Amino acid sequence: MDLQIALLLGQDGIVTGAIYALLALALVLVFAVTRVIFIPQGEFVAYGALTLAGIQSGQTPGTIWLLLALGIAVTAVDAPASLRAGRGRLLRLVASQLVYPIVIIALLLGGSPRNWPLLLQVLLALAVVVPLGPQLYRLVYQPIAEATVLVLLIASVALHLTLVGLGLLFFGAEGSRTPAFSEASFDLGALTVSGQSLWVIAASLFLIVALYFFFEKSLYGKALRATAVNRAGARLMGISTTLAGRLTFLLAAAIGALSGILIAPITTVYYDTGFLIGLKGFVGAIIGGLASYPVAAAGAVLVGLLESFSSFWASAFKEVIVFTLIIPVLLWRSLTTRHVEEEE
Amino acid sequence: MKLHKPSLLALAFAAGLAGQAFADINVGVVVSATGPAASLGIPEKNTIALMPTSIGGEKVNYIVLDDASDTTTAVKDTRKLLTEDKVDVIVGSTITPNSLAMIDVVAEAETPMISMAASARIVDTSNPKVKWVFKTPQNDIQMSTAIVEHMTSAGIKTVAFIGFADAYGEGWFQEFSKIAEARKLQIVANERYNRNDTSVTGQVLKIIAAKPDAVLIAGSGTPAALPQKTLKEKGYKGAFYQTHGVANKDFLRVCGKDCEGTLLPAGPVLVAAQLPDSNPIKKVALDYVTKYEAAHGKGSASTFGAHAWDAGILLQHAVPVALKKAKPGTKEFKAALRDALEGLKNVTVSHGIVNMSPTDHLGFDQRARVMVKIENGDWKLIQ
Amino acid sequence: MKPRLVLAAFVLLLAVAPLALPEFYITLLNYIGLYALVALGLVLLTGIGGLTSFGQAAFVGMGAYATAWLTTAASLPGWLLPLAHPWGGLLLGIALTTLLALLLGALTLRLSGHYLPLGTLAWGISLYFLFGNLEFLGGHTGIGGIPPLAVAGFELRDGRQFFFLIWLVLLAAVWLTRNLLDSRAGRAIRALKGGSLMAEAMGVDTGRMKIVIFLIAALFACLSGWLYAHLQRFLNPTPFGLHIGIEYLFMAVIGGAAHVWGALVGAAVITILKQWLQDILPQLFGATGNFEVIAFGLLMIFVLHRAREGLWPMLARFVPEAGCRATSADFAPATPLPRRAVPAPGTLLLEVGEAVKKFGGLVANDRMSLAVAAGEILALIGPNGAGKSTLFNLITGVDPPTSGSVRFLGQEVAGRSSRAIARMGMSRTFQHVRLLPAMTVLENVALGAHMRGSRGVVPAMLHLERAEERRLLAEAARQCERVGLGAHLHDAAGSLPLGKQRIVEIARALAADPCLLLLDEPAAGLRFLEKQALAELLRQLRAEGMGILLVEHDMEFVMDLADRVVVMEFGKKIAEGLPHEVQNDPAVIEAYLGGVE
Repeated sequence: MDLQIALLLGQDGIVTGAIYALLALALVLVFAVTRVIFIPQGEFVAYGALTLAGIQSGQTPGTIWLLLALGIAVTAVDAPASLRAGRGRLLRLVASQLVYPIVIIALLLGGSPRNWPLLLQVLLALAVVVPLGPQLYRLVYQPIAEATVLVLLIASVALHLTLVGLGLLFFGAEGSRTPAFSEASFDLGALTVSGQSLWVIAASLFLIVALYFFFEKSLYGKALRATAVNRAGARLMGISTTLAGRLTFLLAAAIGALSGILIAPITTVYYDTGFLIGLKGFVGAIIGGLASYPVAAAGAVLVGLLESFSSFWASAFKEVIVFTLIIPVLLWRSLTTRHVEEEE
Repeated sequence: MKLHKPSLLALAFAAGLAGQAFADINVGVVVSATGPAASLGIPEKNTIALMPTSIGGEKVNYIVLDDASDTTTAVKDTRKLLTEDKVDVIVGSTITPNSLAMIDVVAEAETPMISMAASARIVDTSNPKVKWVFKTPQNDIQMSTAIVEHMTSAGIKTVAFIGFADAYGEGWFQEFSKIAEARKLQIVANERYNRNDTSVTGQVLKIIAAKPDAVLIAGSGTPAALPQKTLKEKGYKGAFYQTHGVANKDFLRVCGKDCEGTLLPAGPVLVAAQLPDSNPIKKVALDYVTKYEAAHGKGSASTFGAHAWDAGILLQHAVPVALKKAKPGTKEFKAALRDALEGLKNVTVSHGIVNMSPTDHLGFDQRARVMVKIENGDWKLIQ
Repeated sequence: MKPRLVLAAFVLLLAVAPLALPEFYITLLNYIGLYALVALGLVLLTGIGGLTSFGQAAFVGMGAYATAWLTTAASLPGWLLPLAHPWGGLLLGIALTTLLALLLGALTLRLSGHYLPLGTLAWGISLYFLFGNLEFLGGHTGIGGIPPLAVAGFELRDGRQFFFLIWLVLLAAVWLTRNLLDSRAGRAIRALKGGSLMAEAMGVDTGRMKIVIFLIAALFACLSGWLYAHLQRFLNPTPFGLHIGIEYLFMAVIGGAAHVWGALVGAAVITILKQWLQDILPQLFGATGNFEVIAFGLLMIFVLHRAREGLWPMLARFVPEAGCRATSADFAPATPLPRRAVPAPGTLLLEVGEAVKKFGGLVANDRMSLAVAAGEILALIGPNGAGKSTLFNLITGVDPPTSGSVRFLGQEVAGRSSRAIARMGMSRTFQHVRLLPAMTVLENVALGAHMRGSRGVVPAMLHLERAEERRLLAEAARQCERVGLGAHLHDAAGSLPLGKQRIVEIARALAADPCLLLLDEPAAGLRFLEKQALAELLRQLRAEGMGILLVEHDMEFVMDLADRVVVMEFGKKIAEGLPHEVQNDPAVIEAYLGGVE
């Protein structure tokens, strides 16, 4: 291997790692606030990318019907409590869960978004996919918010199965690509860097910094952090764990869908792409101890690099190499992080 | 568990009542409609719905089960079809491992089976159990030979291989490397990738470093586009060959202009309209394409669905013969159907012309494959 | 005796099932049996031991591939030839699985928290791809022609014949697991979930116990794989992938991960439900879409919402409660356990000299010294955050001191494990009660006597250790009676009020037959009469020559009971002496009045 190949592999690993890092951040966030290991995180990647691809090719993405169906379900579940809380609450519920999906559907069907500029198409795709996050939190996780981590994990697996099944139904078995945000490419000595990969890295960095400011500076961010540190305590301080959960899932869905939209021009995205990407993000997240954002991001980039180099050395054994090398890293992390006694 | 048995039994009765009267012909179908092989299994499943509902005056029931691309489920489905639905013949499964796993089961139940998977191992008649097993897709050996022939005649000396890290890529490499060696074609790189990998840069760099005259990509459906796009992006200038696994419109959609000029062997059904009128396959193939596209939209027909269609054609020829010997639903009928399938001669299907024999349970000859080039975003027959 | 009747009826049903049921139901029951065997291992490992594993499918693959390779390979090395049959395959599978489980266990079981599940996930995926890439294992395409299993010369070719073997193996595994859980070793395994701090304090070697259950779960999986290989007679890697590994976990949780029968219920429900959906959905929606997996996922979420403990606890309500309720009188015939030699009153038991504990820059204990003699109650008091619990941890070996010495029975114990210290005769209770809430009071207390028994896992699985078990339970029952819990022997510990739970902890500590007892706020949450009873008990223990170190906030309780009092503030000792001396010490008054409390 010469230097140029090493550089190219490094570049590839960092771009892949940047996506893993984004997902790792979302997973850490979700776990810290809700104790849910959010396996369906990957499905948002696929939904985001394929919804955008559907908009661009003039097909109606099935996700909008999911948005409406979940909206109806949430309304049905929440209506009694909202009714008791007053008319304002009920109106807000109906507006967000029923009127909003219908407006989006009308835009998609009647607004011929196929001819819109890319940025608007991206926003529309996000507008379809992101609300699914809090809706799913309400319907799937909120009723069992106090259950053990294992039960929440199994619920995640069940939700993952359902969403992958729906993905196959909505988008079919074949994959899609979307046009690049930027066709430009830059020559850096021996390296050619494509504009899209810069987009990916820049967006990842931007999101990481944005999350940092969100958690350090904003009121909601601080509330989420408080919930992550101590759920009971946060509740005593008047921070609603339910609100925290929904907010977290909103962020996680946004990060997932955006990741999908970012990678769709570089690679083909399938209805079941999400799982492996999510899994590798998860690996990065765990290396970060499901607690630290920078370490999780570093772990994710490490996974990306490992993957890139091992696919060069012995592509048939790529996964064997990546996942075997993870074990010593885990051992090292486990032995160096302070051991906290856990109780069920 | 005890709680569940009665309800299951009741259900079985209900299904039985809703199902078939006695003398109907029951065709059990196992397809990989979900899981990694879904892009192959779904068109197969859709094709079953287009098949005739009566053969030789007898009503035909198709019972379609999904095996989720998993061998355990494929075997379980097969057992269910054999013991619950008492099928006379099984069509399936979509992929090689599942078909191989089903051989023992159908052989023990003495029921004929028509596989829709690629590997020649499925109909390796040196295995006595294969007596009961037939298949419709061209063997990967046959397709490999076509590629190697084309490569050598184009003056290609070195080739790099990149295939799926599954049974498909593995089967292709085995057959392709054997023939390539015999024809003095040198394989300079052998790489694998996963169907839904997001990057194949590592493999591609290794291939480029080996400087091959051509690259053969052994993948199926849209995932086969990623290596080619990456190779182009990294500046590879040589020739590209794909396998017949990519032969659907989605591949063209995703691969776009990067796939211009790519060569692949395929069943004639892929370019049915371009076949000369003298070719008997043309009529059969066009018939399938028309029917499928009427139901699922223009450009939706694929060669995978056509494999299922061909299994149907084989049955339409073999069943009347078997009906003369025994009643459907009997052991004798299954044996007669097997004999009739083995005795099929000159049957035109959408992928070729079938001549079965005790040592050849595929029955295709050279007419079952054509070389196709991708031109202007469409398939172009070149020989 | 009624549950036995239900069990007998179930076994009888199983025995006649192959005669009565159609072929396909036997096929389903066979798969249920195979899955349940793996899920049973997960119940032990995850539901009871608290260790989540995604990798069980890889062990199934190990068992399956070992026998497939041995029975189909064209050329075997000569020394393996005598093993080239299914039973040889079983031996090889067990040997390889044991090796692999010990290796992976040694590597990954050290992982704490969420590192462990990820570790299992990592090697699960690695092994899956390894199976697919090894040519002699048939690669991704697979390996066929595996011969049928022969039992005593009789070939099991048909599903009905295989049925008996699978269910015999499964029921045997259930029997072994139930025996194991109902034993000294089983209590140690169940204690893992209560946190290693408590288990180690009871003298349980938690590291070893984790390896043991990991190995048992792996062997169950391997056995399932061996049966699968000879039932299916064709292998490729897909049945051993991560998705299936997750599905096994799924079965355990849906069935009820904390219950042996949960494994069976989970495997049955999931297998039958999938089958049922495959039958019913095409009739409801037509054959065009693939709705099975969608409906399956939704139903599973629904089940988790309704029964987060799994389905077995719901079903178990219909099975009558166990009728046998032993009391201490029933254990009377058991020979009492041998007791430790009691040090003569006044012998110095514990001597802490200049102990310092720093956490980063924070000095939690600053040159603390104290001593406890046999037949003496020393009370350690001080405001919250004074460093009392830290000192407790130094003495019991939970944390090593930064400097200084801790001598117990004349030996330096600083730096020794809490298990080793407990073994020397020091027992403790915890400030935050650490009982196993689902276990009975009797079993919780018997855990305290862990170190006084010796029979291990294998005799426990075969129930060959009943004599010792009776002695341990008799001792536990005796200690329960002694502390006034005689009426609660068979109540779940978690169902008692908090004050009573503290008493259970004392009984548990006493069951270890200590010479020094460390009590962390034993009177908190007790009512007046209960406090008096506790004080009486402690006085009696003192009279028997036991040394007691007591941390307590209840001044009245302390002043009435203690022989001497040590007062701490900000990690330092500020006073020591007889109760009335300390009470009048100006520094103490300042600390309490000016302090946080």
